[in-house]
Amino acid sequence: MEFKKSATPRSARKRVRGHIKVDTPEIYSHCLQLYRLPPTDTISLEEFEELAVERLKVLKAVETAGVRYTKGSDNYIKLLEKEIRETKLKQAIFEKSTLDEPIKQQNRWKDHVSHFILRLAYCRSEELRRWFIQQEVELFRFRFQQESPDSRAQFMVCNELNYQLIDKDEHYQLREKLDAASGKADTYSKGIQHYKVHFTEALDLVRGRRVYLHRGFAYVPQDDLVSILLTVYRIHLSHSLAVTARALPHLEEDGRLLPMLCTLSRRYVGQDYGAKKPVGEITADMIDMLSKKSFPLCMQQLHSAMRTHHHLRHGGRQQYSLFLKGIGLSLEEAIKFWRSEFTKIIDGDQFDKKYLYNIRHNYGKEGKKTDYTPYSCMKIITTNTPATGDYHGCPFKHSDQDVLRQKLTASGLRKEDADQVLQYSKGGHYQVACAKMFEVIHGSLTGGDEEAEVSFHHPNQYFEESYKRLHKNTAEKPSSTPQTPRGVKNVPAASSQGTPRSAASQPLSQGTPTLSAQNQSNISTSQLSGVEEMDDDFDNDDTALQEIDEATLLEAQS
Amino acid sequence: MSLHCRWPVMAVPNTYFNNREFSFTLKDDVYIRYQSFADQQDMEKEIQKKCPYKIDIGAVFSHRPKDHKTVRPAAFQAQEKELVFDIDMTDYDDVRNCCSGADICERCWPLMTMAIKIVHRALTEDFGFQHILWVYSGRRGIHCWVCDEAARKLTQTGRTAVAEYLNVVKGGENQARKVRLDSYFIHPSVQEALRIVEDGFEDYACSQQDFLGEEQKWNKVLTLIPSEDLRSKIAADMEEKPDSASRWARLKKFVKMSLSTGNIRDGQRAVEEIMLQYCYPRLDINVSTGVNHLLKSPFCIHPKTGRVCVPIDPDDVDNFSPSTVPTITQLLEELNDIEKKTSEETGKKEKDYMSTSLGPGVEMFERFLKRLENSQHNRLQEEADRKMEF
Repeated sequence: MEFKKSATPRSARKRVRGHIKVDTPEIYSHCLQLYRLPPTDTISLEEFEELAVERLKVLKAVETAGVRYTKGSDNYIKLLEKEIRETKLKQAIFEKSTLDEPIKQQNRWKDHVSHFILRLAYCRSEELRRWFIQQEVELFRFRFQQESPDSRAQFMVCNELNYQLIDKDEHYQLREKLDAASGKADTYSKGIQHYKVHFTEALDLVRGRRVYLHRGFAYVPQDDLVSILLTVYRIHLSHSLAVTARALPHLEEDGRLLPMLCTLSRRYVGQDYGAKKPVGEITADMIDMLSKKSFPLCMQQLHSAMRTHHHLRHGGRQQYSLFLKGIGLSLEEAIKFWRSEFTKIIDGDQFDKKYLYNIRHNYGKEGKKTDYTPYSCMKIITTNTPATGDYHGCPFKHSDQDVLRQKLTASGLRKEDADQVLQYSKGGHYQVACAKMFEVIHGSLTGGDEEAEVSFHHPNQYFEESYKRLHKNTAEKPSSTPQTPRGVKNVPAASSQGTPRSAASQPLSQGTPTLSAQNQSNISTSQLSGVEEMDDDFDNDDTALQEIDEATLLEAQS
Repeated sequence: MSLHCRWPVMAVPNTYFNNREFSFTLKDDVYIRYQSFADQQDMEKEIQKKCPYKIDIGAVFSHRPKDHKTVRPAAFQAQEKELVFDIDMTDYDDVRNCCSGADICERCWPLMTMAIKIVHRALTEDFGFQHILWVYSGRRGIHCWVCDEAARKLTQTGRTAVAEYLNVVKGGENQARKVRLDSYFIHPSVQEALRIVEDGFEDYACSQQDFLGEEQKWNKVLTLIPSEDLRSKIAADMEEKPDSASRWARLKKFVKMSLSTGNIRDGQRAVEEIMLQYCYPRLDINVSTGVNHLLKSPFCIHPKTGRVCVPIDPDDVDNFSPSTVPTITQLLEELNDIEKKTSEETGKKEKDYMSTSLGPGVEMFERFLKRLENSQHNRLQEEADRKMEF
């Protein structure tokens, strides 16, 4: 995409609103694509933003549906369809074969361009990249599965994808194993074909143990062909995003795009609670009391596990310590807090050796010195699943029903309320369950609007809402954004470009990378990438990444 | 420790030795990363100088790790690393009765034996890996190093996929039932694992662990059966039997009977689920997924037990016992004895570590290395031949 004002458009195509003129017919040979080549048009800023926002709505819908229902289930498909139809990309995604060709091309163009715009917005950090790739991959899966077998075959041809089928003899010999692996009966007698690919080409299926493996090869039933495609897509996308991230600083920028891109990427997390809050207000001795009154259940659980066992495993320590940082616990108080508890079973020296570094690392005082953001609900629900000995995760997802009921009752919920919360949690509506619990304890979140379905998107959001209510007269406003919990149905409304979400001007401590749009024009690249997930250093999906210099990149973009 | 210096530095088989990251844990738990060396001598010198308590092996990077600060962060990338697994006995505390925490004994060690058999089978038969090294961690667990080129080049997504494929026991402290099997189809890999578990289950669970020995214990097992009705039926029956073995037989019978009456939907595989929850390998996924995760080197000496991290032969795993693993004190004694003997016989003082208890372990390791080198050599040869054909 060209954003340079002065440059001649690289393609001779002209874009006129509502009616597309094309010099070369059939640019998009299929309604689906793997987004291998970037678009080469010029578009207006308004259209740029609109396309981005609409696609983001689509991706958000993909995410929500995936949390609520099993992927591919009827409910999932129904919900996703419904949500996508409320966006302006619905025509692009649910392409009717009866449409005229020019209109189809226009829709496919929207699909194409909106994807690439979001790449710009979501390439900047590991967390954003992961989220973007995850939703795009699932969107592709959804769309591919909706296509007819002919259409799918045509897609393979258009994209020059050939995979080897196993012959009948081999199928006969392996038939029981193939059936057992994929969970489909009688594939041999039903004539269901299987592709044989190296296991690295079907990682989704391998990961879910839904495919038969032998000597490094995966035997993929034809219905799961999409998984192979997804692996290809995922690898390609991951590589491309990393390339884009490197190129971003070289984009000729006159202050119009970066602010909007940053606001865009914040939309899915909303407030990320990474900004340094006025510290000093929360101290270590307050935590016991705060945990009972204002912590969401996930953090209460971690807190009490810590008090009971004087220890937490790594996953729990990460989730909890970043949360504490987010509520305003200073590094000194944090060290005091962890030390005093852990040294009940180990000595001070051991604590310093084993745990001190990590605490300081979380506060950006060690290593790469990045300021890690507290985990959002999505992150807690979908990644870092607890294993034996772990107390982290989301209790509404990662607890047996009876255990959860006990905790709810212990928090003072009556049976009817606990039942309701359990109902939500059983249905996969974990964040709604959490919000319901909040409402029972603290009162309504929506000012009495019974219709709105509320949910939290971040544990720190829960804390701040609770703290706010319990300290109505406090001078310090803990939140820089008066963030009302977003209804599951509503995607945050599109704000006009450049309007920062943080209305209040909160004094930011020096050097803190924040995504407030006000600061965008002064932000350097390093700050852009500063707010990051707690990943291992040099965490990288692509082992073959080369350094890309500007010339190569511009060439690639043309 | 001079003994330490002699272990084959080709432990990290690849041509880019100087780009391989090592880390040292020094006295007082000081941990230093990004160590790299030009060659074996360079490394031995550093080891002798710093006397690390523990040496970890990391990834092969794009540049020399010790120079990483001179490189742009984005350019300094991990390029390849062995696929590794770490299985720790502490992760089984909820299903073993004899020990907990860092302790192990011969009654719970069979868990590791089964783990090796199951994981090794999957890695070789399902994934086709051929160069797998199993190592005793020195105290309470085992490590696995997969050194095939395909494994070394796996991305994080690939490693996660392999680890999750092998992961059957899932759930945190708030989830009692950690294994859920589809009622009709069981994946062939899990079927194979069940075969291995079944083989040793009676002995392990009944004789060694006495896992149904008393009410508290069998109630714990019964929580894994979802049907309350079935649970109470079995519980009532447990008292009437004398020991774990007979109780287990009864439990199995009850489940089978309930299946045939078609009463149960969820929990049809209760027997299999119980066996897997008690015996299936519990991997630490985080160790396997990172492309640059560091893992303790084979032949290190565990600071708390003094035992050497020796290789375990996956084809002879039943005969391995952690109590027979040589300790450093034992080895030093043996070395001294040998030295004395050889100086008596030949007049020369010779430290022959291969004649100590460490010998067999080193031999195993050298055989492993040789196979790996051969296969790499063959591959390079093939490529060269191919190129020559044109």
